[in-house]
Amino acid sequence: MTSTSPAVPAAAPVAVPPATHHVGFGHTMLAEWTKIRSVRSTVWTLLLFVIITVGFTALFSWLTESHWTGPHAAARDATVAGNPVGFILGAGIGLGQLTICVLGVLVITTEYSTGVIRSSLLAVPKRLPMLAAKVAVFAVLIVIVAEIVAFACFFLGSAILHSKVAVTLSDQDVLRAVLGAGLYLAVLGVFALAVGSLIRHTAAGITTVIGIVLVLPILSGLLPSSWGAHINAYLPEQAGSLVYSVHTSGQLLSAWQGFGVFCLWTALLLAAGAYLLQRRDA
Amino acid sequence: MIEARDLTKRYGDKTAVDHLSFNVEAGRVTGFLGPNGAGKSTTMRLILGLDRPHAGTATIDGRKYADLDQPLRTVGALLEAKAMHPGRSAYNHLLFLAETQGLPRSRVDQVLDLVGLREVARKRTGGYSLGMGQRVGIAVAMLGDPQVLLLDEPVNGLDPEGILWIRNLMKQLATEGRTIFVSSHLMNEMAVTADHLIVIGRGKLIADCSTQEFIERSSDKYVLVRSPDAARLAGLIAAEGGQADPQDGPGGHAGLLRVTGLDAPRIGEIAAADRVVLHELTPRLASLEEAYMELTAESSEYGVGRAPAGPPGASPAPDGPGPATSPTPGGTPAGAASSIASAPTAGQDSQ
Repeated sequence: MTSTSPAVPAAAPVAVPPATHHVGFGHTMLAEWTKIRSVRSTVWTLLLFVIITVGFTALFSWLTESHWTGPHAAARDATVAGNPVGFILGAGIGLGQLTICVLGVLVITTEYSTGVIRSSLLAVPKRLPMLAAKVAVFAVLIVIVAEIVAFACFFLGSAILHSKVAVTLSDQDVLRAVLGAGLYLAVLGVFALAVGSLIRHTAAGITTVIGIVLVLPILSGLLPSSWGAHINAYLPEQAGSLVYSVHTSGQLLSAWQGFGVFCLWTALLLAAGAYLLQRRDA
Repeated sequence: MIEARDLTKRYGDKTAVDHLSFNVEAGRVTGFLGPNGAGKSTTMRLILGLDRPHAGTATIDGRKYADLDQPLRTVGALLEAKAMHPGRSAYNHLLFLAETQGLPRSRVDQVLDLVGLREVARKRTGGYSLGMGQRVGIAVAMLGDPQVLLLDEPVNGLDPEGILWIRNLMKQLATEGRTIFVSSHLMNEMAVTADHLIVIGRGKLIADCSTQEFIERSSDKYVLVRSPDAARLAGLIAAEGGQADPQDGPGGHAGLLRVTGLDAPRIGEIAAADRVVLHELTPRLASLEEAYMELTAESSEYGVGRAPAGPPGASPAPDGPGPATSPTPGGTPAGAASSIASAPTAGQDSQ
């Protein structure tokens, strides 16, 4: 294959534009965007996210609508009628969020598994701007995709359920919940990225994030109710998910408080990841 | 110019780089030589700020790597082959690096032309051969047209044509006044490429001198003489102050002598004077590879057979005085520096 190379073209005179103006954070962000978009796993994972989230929203809404009068579903029907937005958004996001977790971890751990991290850090030897740019680009990408998906889910789900439950964007807290779904998923992606930056290993990183998102709430549910409920309320996923549900009266935290707790968890992990990025050998 | 001062790096209780000091001057190819595990790659990572030293400093033109603005325009590095995402094309790999430095896309095409990969650059690197990966690595190193280049085993995986190509490239870049620091564990490769050698073993400096000087100092000169009357000739040579060792062992040839202490013309004269017939008279230099093996044998990390006396990996001088292992404390003046330190076994107690 190496025979594709011409016979020793020597070092052709190579002109490089003079060292320009200051190279800033914008250049680093542009580079991170090139990294993200030039790998197929990004496209495939986001596609999977859209299909799973929208697909399951449609499926669950349709199953609920078509079995509405079923005697065994009566209690559940009441739940859906009481919190239609929570039902519509929860059905798809509950599963679709796992793809965001995977992508968030992959975005950083594949740099370590492939050795690209050394190129990245040689180009940005102060290191922190690289991580900051990566987080910023990834968060913007996810928030755009996730908001589109959240609105698609809402309109699809509410249309399917329309004959049983009427819900519109202008109802109280509904717009906040739909917008919140996109925000939640973007922060979740950054949360996963932060865990990835700490663990630097794809399989271990994904396992850890899934454990925090799916398993911890179950475990805390097994605790004695008095303090179990408090711990549960402050878990990252539990607190964060409040921002995309409407009914929060029974909760310890309001929607935005919960989202704040989730952001705080993410910020803490990210700070730890940034600190270790500075300290550790690449 | 690259300056390493007292660089020390430990992994656990194993010292990978041990109080290493040297300069790499501009305008010439400096070979960085040592057996596998000697600490070459670690030293390069320390210079590039990828690993943090436990002690000492490394600077490039007087500045730490991390303090360089647009570092790829100052320093180019090839560290390991195929340190690329297998799902990303070579073009995009180079593009994102170019973007971090504010370099235009046209520069990516230029370096792809330079390494002869333009046709395949849009393909994912997962399908590249080792040699193609190495060429991408060289393209990365050349991306910012840097004045300083660090290349870790650049000929690995290249075919003979590719080896010749990179050899010429390095020489040309050096004549343009750039600093070229290239590591290898192959002495013969360095002998034809490098103007200057820095040899390390077990993280310590063994030699820092010109390639020519290294060859002359470490090579063993002798003359091979073949004669049907070898026994008589050996006596004549001994009488003249030389030493003749018969070489007719298993696989050897009858009547072959290995002569040291006399040069070939003198041996010829001795033989002619006493009418001894010669069938062969050949001046020889011990192969460079042999000399290098001899010099580094004691310090080889993964030695076969001849194990060193000390406990493996143990540093003989815990927190010992750095200058003891550094032959020219306080910095080596440009060009003038040339020294061959004693190999670690001999110099262990030099403090």
